[in-house]
Amino acid sequence: MTWSDKLSTSVKSIAPSGIRKFFDIAAQMDDVISLGVGEPDFITPWSIRESCVYGLERGYTSYTANRGMPELRKEIAKHYKRLYNLEYNSDTDVLVTVGVSEALDIALRAIIEPGDEVLIPEPCYVSYQACTVLAGGVPVSVPAKLENEFRITPEELEIYITPKTKAMLIGYPNNPTGAIMTRRDLQRIAEFAEKHDLIVISDEIYGDLTYSGLHECFAAMPNMRDRTILLNGFSKAYAMTGWRIGYALGNEDFIAAMTKIHQYTMLCAPVTAQVAAIEALKHGEKYMKKMVAEYDRRRNLIYDGLNKLGLKCFEPKGAFYIFPDITSTGMTAEDFAEKLIRQERVALVPGTAFGKSGTGHVRCSYATSIEKISAALKRIEKFLG
Amino acid sequence: MKELLEILQGNSRISTAELASMLQTPEEEIKNQIALLEQEKIILSYNTLINWERYGEEFVTAVIEINLTPQREVGFDALAERICRFDEVRAVYLMSGNFDLLVEVQGKSLKEISTFVATRLSTIEGVTQTRSHFMLKAYKKDGIILEDKEQDRRLVVTP
Repeated sequence: MTWSDKLSTSVKSIAPSGIRKFFDIAAQMDDVISLGVGEPDFITPWSIRESCVYGLERGYTSYTANRGMPELRKEIAKHYKRLYNLEYNSDTDVLVTVGVSEALDIALRAIIEPGDEVLIPEPCYVSYQACTVLAGGVPVSVPAKLENEFRITPEELEIYITPKTKAMLIGYPNNPTGAIMTRRDLQRIAEFAEKHDLIVISDEIYGDLTYSGLHECFAAMPNMRDRTILLNGFSKAYAMTGWRIGYALGNEDFIAAMTKIHQYTMLCAPVTAQVAAIEALKHGEKYMKKMVAEYDRRRNLIYDGLNKLGLKCFEPKGAFYIFPDITSTGMTAEDFAEKLIRQERVALVPGTAFGKSGTGHVRCSYATSIEKISAALKRIEKFLG
Repeated sequence: MKELLEILQGNSRISTAELASMLQTPEEEIKNQIALLEQEKIILSYNTLINWERYGEEFVTAVIEINLTPQREVGFDALAERICRFDEVRAVYLMSGNFDLLVEVQGKSLKEISTFVATRLSTIEGVTQTRSHFMLKAYKKDGIILEDKEQDRRLVVTP
């Protein structure tokens, strides 16, 4: 007997993240240019940091209401009313969480019965499948295709529908592909969800990082407000990853159920981060817009650069990732990533870390400076010979 | 062109090829736009911001508040333009409030600056009063924090 025999079956069934290996290689090397980082290179705008410091000085150190500070919930509701004309009651329909990560976990736990299936378009963020399994559900991956700019269609989803399908979990703008869904695309998904009576968990953490026009919010599609658990947070738009602060919006019943789990497991999100988040929503937009403009220029630079190197890629429309097809090199994604870091010291992440449908692709993050992107492109050029 | 100017203001060494990609504009057009901006004197110079103190160079900077008697027809302009011509003068601003011009002066020593103010600035006809303030330390210049302790603390690879 070993201690690992005593672990739960569901935990044992989850594979460790495919990113770990590249982290270990990169950590042993000097002068690595990393395109492997899934978070902004900006530091949280000073006014947001400063408001947290001021909050600490005034003694904001205690628990808050389970659902989060009323002022923060009001600001969140106001934000959604202003941007998408969505009505959320800040007393009953908003829950402040420890990042979208917690929100995703408790959303799944609140709605999944053992064996329920969850449709998950792939490639997708690394924790969607794992969280579904931990909640007792069965993740059903639906491959999105490069030809369709990694958007998903009802026809593709329809193939995977069974009587056990309970929900679908979507994340647009998408990590790792940079895909977004148009209003028309989302309307069709909405009809599909209604037809099959599915709950839709929509992770919109990259919503503010949309480069062509405005982000389309899934909950704002016809009849979708109550059917959707909308997840968002401050990590990407306001460069606040380490603060661990996010939120969930939805109908009263879903949010009450999630609050029940949240109050027993997390109690409340950190008060320091909540104070900072209020400032982000009240006065942070101009800093956010500046960062988005900078990401957009970097996006153009890396998209042009990779294309010139002959790596086929789809022009990302959101988030800060680009997902080139590297099959023309004859290497697998893992080989490509491993050789590139060992030979030319550029770190990126093989697409397979984001599901089987990431095969033949690598994820490059352009949340890094123009100088570093240019230098990395030169190294990749040398690597491709 | 505003975006082009904003990028160049932050980094004037960026290549036209990079600018072309970033702004999704042909490189030739970027070159033409820059030439035009230079010609129109919208782009005046490509400076480098240097932390001279870190290099070990010693000099003294002072800001001088100057009161003037405005002149008929030209107001403060003629006097301000005269003051601008001195090499020792780094910057000149017309101000609201208790004084008229704010002048930044640089020199090798306190003595050099005070001599300059006493013999050159205060003797100009129309200058009625000067008050000198010597700078002790620069923390931020042209939007750049000189000794910035912020750094990228991210892990090398994250999901």
